[in-house]
Amino acid sequence: MEYAVIGRVHSIQSLGTVDGPGVRYVVFLQGCHLRCGCCHNPDTWDAAGGTEYTAREIVDKAERFKEYFGTEGGVTLSGGEPLLQPQFVREVFSLCRERGIHTCLDTSGSILTDEVRQVLALTDRLLLDVKYTDAKLHVKYVGCTLDKPLEFLRFLDDHRIPTTLRQVIIPSLNDTEQNVRSLKKIAADHLCVDKVELLPFKKICQVKYDDMGIPFPFADLPEPTAQKMRDLNAILTK
Amino acid sequence: MDHKNWNGFVGGAWQDEINVRDFIQKNYKEYIGDDSFLAGATERTKALMEKVQTLFKLERGRGGVLDVATEVASSLTAFAPGYIDQKNELIVGLQTDAPLKRGVNPFGGMRMAHQACEAYGYKLGEKVRDGFRYRTTHNDGVFRAYTDEMRLARRSHVITGLPDAYGRGRIIGDYRRVALYGVDRLIEEKKKDKATLAGEVFNADTTRLSEELYQQISFLGHLKEMALMYGYDISEPAKDAREAIQWTYFAYLGAIKEQNGAAMSLGRVSTFIDIYIERDMAAGILTEQEAQELMDDFVIKLRVARHLRTPEYNELFGGDPMWITEAVGGMGEDGRTLVTKNCFRMLNTLYTLGSAPEPNLTILWSNALPMNFKKFCAKVSADTDSIQYENDDIMRPLYGDDYAIACCVSAMRIGHQMQFFGARCNLAKLLLIAINGGYDTTSGIHIGPQMPALEGDTLDYDTVMERYDIYIQWLSRLYVNTMNVIHYMHDKYAYEKTQMALHDTEVERLMAFGIAGLSVVADSLSAIKFAAVHPVRDENGFIVDFDTVGEFPKYGNDDDRVDLIAKEMVHKVITELRKTPTYRNAIHTLSVLTITSNVMYGKNTGATPDGREAGAPFAPGANPMHNREENGALASLNSVAKISYDDCRDGVSNTFSITPEALGRTPDERVGNLVAILDGYFAKKAHHINVNVMNRELLMKAYENPEEYPNLTIRVSGYAVHFNKLSREQQREVISRTFHEAM
Repeated sequence: MEYAVIGRVHSIQSLGTVDGPGVRYVVFLQGCHLRCGCCHNPDTWDAAGGTEYTAREIVDKAERFKEYFGTEGGVTLSGGEPLLQPQFVREVFSLCRERGIHTCLDTSGSILTDEVRQVLALTDRLLLDVKYTDAKLHVKYVGCTLDKPLEFLRFLDDHRIPTTLRQVIIPSLNDTEQNVRSLKKIAADHLCVDKVELLPFKKICQVKYDDMGIPFPFADLPEPTAQKMRDLNAILTK
Repeated sequence: MDHKNWNGFVGGAWQDEINVRDFIQKNYKEYIGDDSFLAGATERTKALMEKVQTLFKLERGRGGVLDVATEVASSLTAFAPGYIDQKNELIVGLQTDAPLKRGVNPFGGMRMAHQACEAYGYKLGEKVRDGFRYRTTHNDGVFRAYTDEMRLARRSHVITGLPDAYGRGRIIGDYRRVALYGVDRLIEEKKKDKATLAGEVFNADTTRLSEELYQQISFLGHLKEMALMYGYDISEPAKDAREAIQWTYFAYLGAIKEQNGAAMSLGRVSTFIDIYIERDMAAGILTEQEAQELMDDFVIKLRVARHLRTPEYNELFGGDPMWITEAVGGMGEDGRTLVTKNCFRMLNTLYTLGSAPEPNLTILWSNALPMNFKKFCAKVSADTDSIQYENDDIMRPLYGDDYAIACCVSAMRIGHQMQFFGARCNLAKLLLIAINGGYDTTSGIHIGPQMPALEGDTLDYDTVMERYDIYIQWLSRLYVNTMNVIHYMHDKYAYEKTQMALHDTEVERLMAFGIAGLSVVADSLSAIKFAAVHPVRDENGFIVDFDTVGEFPKYGNDDDRVDLIAKEMVHKVITELRKTPTYRNAIHTLSVLTITSNVMYGKNTGATPDGREAGAPFAPGANPMHNREENGALASLNSVAKISYDDCRDGVSNTFSITPEALGRTPDERVGNLVAILDGYFAKKAHHINVNVMNRELLMKAYENPEEYPNLTIRVSGYAVHFNKLSREQQREVISRTFHEAM
């Protein structure tokens, strides 16, 4: 393969420690079809934006950081929604595998095509965002049905791909014990899920919305308190 | 040869020759376990530390200096014994007769001694002034010999911080020798060495060495006297752990009473002391708690060590540092780790006594270090921001496995090598001088080869480089010659008698040059190469500013186009320096290290083509310029790692600040990730890193309310400081640096 497929990249973080295990080279891809109210990267939405790189260019860059990856780390593709560029992701991951680099994909799980299935076969770990466990909220604040990520999760389960379930905790929407229990149940029902991460909703992205001159849908919602996060996390470990 | 105090030790070559390394190798016990064995602070330790904290508070209240002993010049036996709390101290000895009372050291220069006293409202005593009236100091000697050009280089600040008015420091006595052999044996060996000179031709070199040996022997005698004043006879080897620590400390204390060197490192004592602790524990006469208590008391003594400095000095080396650098860990040449339980105890003092800048704990990091030790170091970093890391895997092949670090990043074999310290030259200013044909627009001084300022609307890279090369050649020669003058005079008028007595008679000398402004130069040259740099001229035709149009790659983003400019610049400078012979045939070395002087260097440097404004601070050491990193922390580390240690044997300093959130979600993740970062950085053959895990907000709060954060410690450039001891300007610069944050 030439690994010459071109991808559109929003930005690169050479030290990622919160998107997958260990120290990771995180590439944020450009373009997203969802419009989640809590999105902290609205600048990644526009599929025509970003900088163009070939898959080989990205992996060549990432490989310069191999020494830092240790036993756990590697490359994470995030976004945006990376699966909007499945060929690019496939080539990046295929090349990573060739060079012994662990691959991790951060996705909303809302696209499951044959091309995506090929990508998943090259993915060492999934970070699957289940935004809400309530079907109505999911449609309202994500823009697609809850069935999508659940279907995606079933595929991961069938193929035994290690998965971290993630959810952003947003006060008044999903910061309830009941929601976390539902999430825990989803995790328990799928053998592929070995970790659940609750991420506190953050409003630091307000400036990005301001810069783009568009409203931040959740501007009026508060960030969850540290205590609230501890309480909800305690449910997971019980 | 044998001695009753060596009972239980494995014998070897160390008994018949002075060879501490051999003793360590034959006797130490590596430790690969975790930190769970450690004991906390005892009530005695806490009470003593509380007294010290009170003294620190008083010291801060008096403008940073608690008291000055103005009536006598500091020396080994100049002061009556001093104590913090005599009946509760396990390890004794202070520089003067009271804690935090600073001695005056006029041997480097009288003017500095006067100014330092006056800066804090004291007056140098009559007796000291009389005593030095007809005596030549190091400073007198240097200025007698300096050429006009050397003076101009100093005055224009193209070379700054030269040790021509204070002790040069950066010499590490092998203080362990006193504990292992006792002073009498050391005197005996030195006498033998002196006797062998009889067969030599008495040229200048032999004559000087013969006099130096006389002085060394004489000061070993003073060292014994000093210890006797405290009630200890250190003629014989130490017989237990407490004596080993006490003897070692006395030797160090003698050195800091005699010399006010800029950096007075301790060396590498933790594992050496561990051998005594293990012997005592095996004999059932020492518990873990007692061992920690001894180390705590030792470290308390190191934390109250002080030198009297002038305000100008503090501008260069902010925060009242002593650089009591202790190298911890590392691997042995035989593949065993040199980590022992006492390495953990040494680090544990940051918990038992709280975080602090001194001693300057320096981890010799190797990929092969035991994982438990790596994790403990990372935890200590995240908790205290008080330790630094240096690459044992690139130093050990050059210095063996018994080297230590002088000051921040200068490696040397303990007892076998010493260094002639040489501050640093300002490469960014030199670029501006070159562009202006030998005129420094900041100081208004004409210096170096004289030629017209560069012409044209846009600077051409090749023309600039051709010009720059001429000035690098000129400055390198001047720099070596200036250093030769300084160290000739330091040897002549302020020779380190105690410290050199604790070296081999035949020592290898290193001459350490330095550069400041590397990232400014790299980015400026990159701007000239990849963007359009239009010079702005004053009415006399000198270039005083630049209008830079277009994008250019910036150092700190793992971009070879600019990173290799930095790497080549360093190579060029050391290559030029090597062309001029050194005093005493010292080996030329180079560092990229600024201490806190990056603020002052910036202040004395005009606007640069990279867009940095006139007077704005440089980045510290080899760091990329603040906030020019666009791809996160590791890309920045990769850029710095490209600077070759082969070109910079005196060290490449990098200071790294990261928020806890950016390092991981949980404390365990943070520790694991920091270990991975350090492993990765050093696998890239990088040399040094300071690690701060903190939020900028904390520093801002401390900036606003300094009294509320008296012990806030932060790594700056090769050392750590109490944040509130920095000048306001230095504090602002630290706050403005890049803090790697989570996205």
